Amino acid sequence: MDNGKIIEVQNLTKMFGKFTAVEDISFSVKKGEIFGLLGPNGAGKSTTLRMLSTLSRPTKGTATIGGYDTVKHDMEVRKLIGIVSEKMIIYNRLTAKENLWFFGSLFNIPKDTLNKRIDELLELVQLTKWKNAQVGTFSTGMRQRMNVVRALLNMPKVLFLDEPTLGLDPQSSVEIRDFIKKLNQEQGTTVIITTHMMVDADLLCDRIAIVDHGKIIALDTSTNLKKIISGADTMIVKLEIANLTPGMLTDIKALKCADAVTQENSRQLHLIVHGEEAFDNIIDAVRKRNGKITSMENLQPSLEDVFLHITGHEVRDSADQKIKQEHGPRFGASPRRVR
Amino acid sequence: MTAKKILQHSYRIAKKDLTELFRNRLGLVLLIVMPLFMMVMVGFIYPSNGTITDLKIGLVNEDSPFNSSTVPSQAFLMGLTQINDQTHMLVITNVSSQADLKDMVQRGELEGGILIPSNFSQSLLTGQQGTLVIVSDESNPQISATIQAALTGVFNAMSQQLAINNVLPLNATNSLAVVQPYSVQTQGVVSGHPSYFDFIAPGIMAMTVMMSVMTGLPVAISQEKEIGTMDGMMVAPVNRLSILLGKTMAQTGRGLIQGVIILALAIGIFGVAIQGNILLVFALLLLGVFSFVGLGIVITSFTKDQETAQMLMMTLMFPMMFLSGVFFPIQQMPWYMQDISKVLPLTYASDALRKVMVLGAGIPQISTELIILIVFGIVMIAIALPVFRRMMTR
Repeated sequence: MDNGKIIEVQNLTKMFGKFTAVEDISFSVKKGEIFGLLGPNGAGKSTTLRMLSTLSRPTKGTATIGGYDTVKHDMEVRKLIGIVSEKMIIYNRLTAKENLWFFGSLFNIPKDTLNKRIDELLELVQLTKWKNAQVGTFSTGMRQRMNVVRALLNMPKVLFLDEPTLGLDPQSSVEIRDFIKKLNQEQGTTVIITTHMMVDADLLCDRIAIVDHGKIIALDTSTNLKKIISGADTMIVKLEIANLTPGMLTDIKALKCADAVTQENSRQLHLIVHGEEAFDNIIDAVRKRNGKITSMENLQPSLEDVFLHITGHEVRDSADQKIKQEHGPRFGASPRRVR
Repeated sequence: MTAKKILQHSYRIAKKDLTELFRNRLGLVLLIVMPLFMMVMVGFIYPSNGTITDLKIGLVNEDSPFNSSTVPSQAFLMGLTQINDQTHMLVITNVSSQADLKDMVQRGELEGGILIPSNFSQSLLTGQQGTLVIVSDESNPQISATIQAALTGVFNAMSQQLAINNVLPLNATNSLAVVQPYSVQTQGVVSGHPSYFDFIAPGIMAMTVMMSVMTGLPVAISQEKEIGTMDGMMVAPVNRLSILLGKTMAQTGRGLIQGVIILALAIGIFGVAIQGNILLVFALLLLGVFSFVGLGIVITSFTKDQETAQMLMMTLMFPMMFLSGVFFPIQQMPWYMQDISKVLPLTYASDALRKVMVLGAGIPQISTELIILIVFGIVMIAIALPVFRRMMTR
């Protein structure tokens, strides 16, 4: 565990028959970091996570966690990690307490310590009242909270979260995000999170690896990733004109500084422009046609813009490549813009 | 990872599985109802001797009219009525012709018929055998065989009576000895009169316990894989062997509970008496489980989801049920089926169990079965473990 790196991944590859799910990826994660793997479904995020958490054997390459190899010293690795999966790891016919007791006992935690820890964890997620109720009677949000604290029984140094907010309502998602953030700040737990939700990645992660077709195509902080766009002297502008006419639109499109113009509704335009005089030029073009600008906003580039910029396709384009839907329709698939 | 840890973890997994099982009320009810159904159905459906009554039979008498030349056929009819009044085996309908009889059998109004040919009396009067014809419905072999057996029995009894009367003038001290010099008596090795339940109870016990492991194990494991909880155990520092052992223990427990239920039903309701040592019975059930575990694990490793596991199990279970002599004696099967039967562990388990329960056999009498079961179990587990290990970390 030299130079503060808790996870080191080298040339990790996973093949299922002839299909390459993860192709030659390398990265490292610092102690106490929240690290995100962002990409569409089927990009290989979950497979990567399964290899890191000893659930799947890499075809090639190595990964170490806390200095232990995930294949050779899998038992040591397991003591250091906790995993929260998209599929909830809890037994519906057992009570909240029985569930935690069962999983805790698999970690050989002494009885007294375990009892105390279970009480603390249930308190932490406000489930103390329900500790003797069968988990099957819980709401999805409660179950996911159970699922998260279950992974914390062994006080893991590294917590793996595979799509933790999938299928949750917005409020529960916020709760889970806040909880992860708190855990990271207070306990110093390193967190690896996979998601296809831009919000999760943007709000939580210190660094984000953008994964597509089994490869990491970009790895940096959210701010730096966005600079890929803004650094290129490019701006994203939302323009609202009260009396938008087709002529006006043609003029704006004809401007040299405008890279892309899309009409969002009868009065709104979404522009990608470049150059110092871009704003002036646009205003001039609209004024010449007696247009009335009601608002003009310089938008921050979103991670979705970054993804689009790098891969050439939208996140949701490839989202239907792998259908692994378990909990009904997925509402989060279309990313929201971050402003 | 010490052996103690492995056992501790398996115990916890088994306990968790059984807790889940006991909380599933419907499942628990089915656990009791299934063996009960099996016993009742199989036990009562199988024909036991001497209980057949009210077979609908047509009678065609071509040997008429009613005069002095047809005395033998009249005597036959009288005798038949007499016997039937005592046994109520047949319900006789008079039918005018053979064609009508066939027609009525085909339409299902009659289950069979007796035909007295026109030369019946003639033959008997001229010192020849009188031939009777039994008409039966071959489309239903079971009924057909029953009728043939029943009628043949009746006719033989009548022949015998007639013969005794015929030899009376010979002044023999025992007319029956002249007519039928050989007398046959059956003596079983068990006291009392074992019923068909005595035959099937051990088999059903062996089958239920083993099937519960063989089906329960793949289903339990593939179910946990499917809902994702298996990952929870896999990321804990737990030996894979513990998971397997724990699951097996839970399923064995479930199977033994069912076995005890069957035993209780057999003794309490169906009057089965246990001649041998009851502890040996349970030891045999456990040994049976042991011999099946490996097979269960192999199946687990090859099936990805619960549905496939269940389908595969049904496919394997069905022939095994019938080929292992649980319901029907192996001896009545064709030779190739008997050969298959000889490689199935269930055959030996139910055989040994039957010997102990019905015949009161001890370990020396079932040593062959014991050795086969142990060897089969060891070989299967030796194959299964590496396969399972590979499956778990795909």
